[in-house]
Amino acid sequence: MSKFVRKLSGDTPAISTASLPDIVFMLLFFFMTATTMKDSDLKIENRLPSADQTAKLHKKEFVMYIYAGKPSKRYISTFGQNARIQLNDRLAEPKDINNFVIAERAQRRPDDEPYLTASLKIDKEVKMGLVQDVKQELRKVEQLKVNYTTAKGSAVD
Amino acid sequence: MARRLKKAPPEVNAGSMADIAFLLLIFFLVTTTIGVDQGISRKLPSIQPPDKNPPEINERNILTVLVNKNDQLMVEEMPMDIKDLRESAIKFLENNGDGSCAYCPGGERSSESSDSPKEAIISLSNDSETSYEMYIKVQNELVAAYYFLRDREAQKKYGVTFREMEYVVADPASRAKKGLVERLEPKVKEIQDLFPQRLSEAEPKRQ
Repeated sequence: MSKFVRKLSGDTPAISTASLPDIVFMLLFFFMTATTMKDSDLKIENRLPSADQTAKLHKKEFVMYIYAGKPSKRYISTFGQNARIQLNDRLAEPKDINNFVIAERAQRRPDDEPYLTASLKIDKEVKMGLVQDVKQELRKVEQLKVNYTTAKGSAVD
Repeated sequence: MARRLKKAPPEVNAGSMADIAFLLLIFFLVTTTIGVDQGISRKLPSIQPPDKNPPEINERNILTVLVNKNDQLMVEEMPMDIKDLRESAIKFLENNGDGSCAYCPGGERSSESSDSPKEAIISLSNDSETSYEMYIKVQNELVAAYYFLRDREAQKKYGVTFREMEYVVADPASRAKKGLVERLEPKVKEIQDLFPQRLSEAEPKRQ
């Protein structure tokens, strides 16, 4: 006990800040590697169904995203209760998919076109009528590779 | 002892701090994975000209899977629980009715079910009010049935699962050694031909 008392009475040495840059750099690198960029703000509810027979979509540059679901609470007054499709940042109709796919293709190299996949991120409560409309539109523009993007987990529960 | 304490205490040596920092940095670098999307990959059929007649298929070679608007499942006119779908799809595919399938050990050779895996078609139709969740469940189970048979065949022939071979061939992230993809590609093709995935989807009924 007496040790402590004596120490406190002396001059307190300055805390070394030599290691501060290291810590900062460490945090910086950590966040640099762990962050994923958010592509678009979702205006709809998007809870994906789960499945276990899945394949991974590694190459982001070959993927285009089509979202569908009910408008989220904030947007219900503007867009209503019915499930809608979202392309990039705005809600759309099935017929807009045509132009969307063409625009997405134009952004990429022509050689990559056969690898392009449409990732369908569809809320589990969406009815198949809308999904079928989306699929029909995709078939019309010959975007035949699709991926029903799901959450990881067992489908049958 | 007492004399030493009178002086200001020595500073903590911070020289090893950088090492610790780098250690942690490398640890996080190795362990964190950036989230990758995954899902069931399918290929949509291209639009057929309306004047083309669909080919004639024997009734026994078709497994009809229906889902109604209340997400209830019906397989070959009989209500079924989703848990049993995988099993019955496998049974249907490897039924081996005409005896031409030498690689169907589990085949029951029933005259009601498919002739051979090459002929067998699973026909899926759903109501426009069916939920997407149910649709994915059914897709998942049917795809699983094909994978089960393909895996078993690949395991028997080459000692690896079909899934692994397909992953190496189809996914650039597997970083396969040079030449491996070329070697595996015909094997994958062969297994796919033994159990071709013929999963047809009807257009949904409109009310």
